[in-house]
Amino acid sequence: MMRTRTIEIMVGAFVAAGIAALFMLAMKASNLGTASIRDGYQVTARFDNIGGLRVQAPVSAGGVRVGRVTAITYDQEDYEARVHMTIDSRYDRFPSDTSASIYTAGLLGEQYIGLEPGGADDFLADGDAILLTQSALVLEQLIGRFLFAMTEGKDG
Amino acid sequence: MIDWLQGLGHRTLSFLERTGRANLFILRVFAGVPALALQLRLVVAQLYAVGVLSLLIIVVSALNVGMVLGLQMYNTLVNFGAEASIGPVVALALVRELGPVVAALLFAGRAGSALTAEIGLMKATEQLSSMEMMAVDPVRRIVAPRLLAGILSMPLLAAIFSAVGILGGYFVAVGLLGVDEGAYWGQMRAAVDWNDDVVNGIIKSIVFGLVVTWIAVFEGYDAVPTTEGVSRATTRSVVYSSLAVLALDFVLTALMFGDI
Repeated sequence: MMRTRTIEIMVGAFVAAGIAALFMLAMKASNLGTASIRDGYQVTARFDNIGGLRVQAPVSAGGVRVGRVTAITYDQEDYEARVHMTIDSRYDRFPSDTSASIYTAGLLGEQYIGLEPGGADDFLADGDAILLTQSALVLEQLIGRFLFAMTEGKDG
Repeated sequence: MIDWLQGLGHRTLSFLERTGRANLFILRVFAGVPALALQLRLVVAQLYAVGVLSLLIIVVSALNVGMVLGLQMYNTLVNFGAEASIGPVVALALVRELGPVVAALLFAGRAGSALTAEIGLMKATEQLSSMEMMAVDPVRRIVAPRLLAGILSMPLLAAIFSAVGILGGYFVAVGLLGVDEGAYWGQMRAAVDWNDDVVNGIIKSIVFGLVVTWIAVFEGYDAVPTTEGVSRATTRSVVYSSLAVLALDFVLTALMFGDI
């Protein structure tokens, strides 16, 4: 029979190793260490078509992640998609005429919102709406437009 | 024909009876768990037997599982030029499924069988009935600390399994195959969600810990008190708990990740 003290030390080491593993999963392997935006401000944007945009998708400006999409709803008044996003309050100097576009990361990657700052003097604040938007490129529509343009060219 | 029907009925009834006894048994064990706060020494000793002694097999298997995952995924993903997403693939597979499931299967083989054999032998050598003679409830004294230790150590073992597996994948992908280190960790962090993936994996492992230890202690306590009975109970314990883990994993996965 091993001494109680040795057993207790081994159990302590085991529990510590388990907690260390959880900590590593939290900080190194999952988004708990990075992605949570503690305080930010809400803005909305309307799009004709959001393509495959999802809640939690990144919002970036100049390729830097500044926020994320928090909710996507469909507005029955004007038949447009309304995207709610939270932007990190560190980045509070976006001009009020900033435009938002939906891009795709890589050829088949996930979709994200890109912000391009405008030139106005006042800045976006909590609850504001982004007025200038550009919808997602939907592959089927692109192909349709391309085919249409080709047949037009043949006729003319 | 009638004999065959009788046999079927007999088997069904005894199966139901055993299930019922297992449920009553777990209630009795749970009733004994609060009193353990006064006797933490019993739980610590069982944490050593169940958790610490399982650590070696868990770490070695996790390292190998992670390395194999990294190697196999690389071979497929490199065809699409997507070898950088090896990090998310390895991490998601381990955190969601392989960590809890494989750790639970190893746990059933390493710790569950030992629990069944130990309790079964105690019963066969009449240690349990002599405890009852001394007015010590064997369910509280013997079974409850073992069940609690199983429930406590399983999530820790599963977390260690996932973490070591991710490190194993890192060694192969980054060290051996030349995947970019920043891409391995960065894409992993972007893809793995704490609430959706890691916490669900932990919940899974707690459930598995309960089920595996429950089956192990029940099989031991319910064993026919002979040498042959104990050996059969040990086999049944490992077989039933492995099947239960795999079946429950499907149910839990469907509940947790079925509708995203």
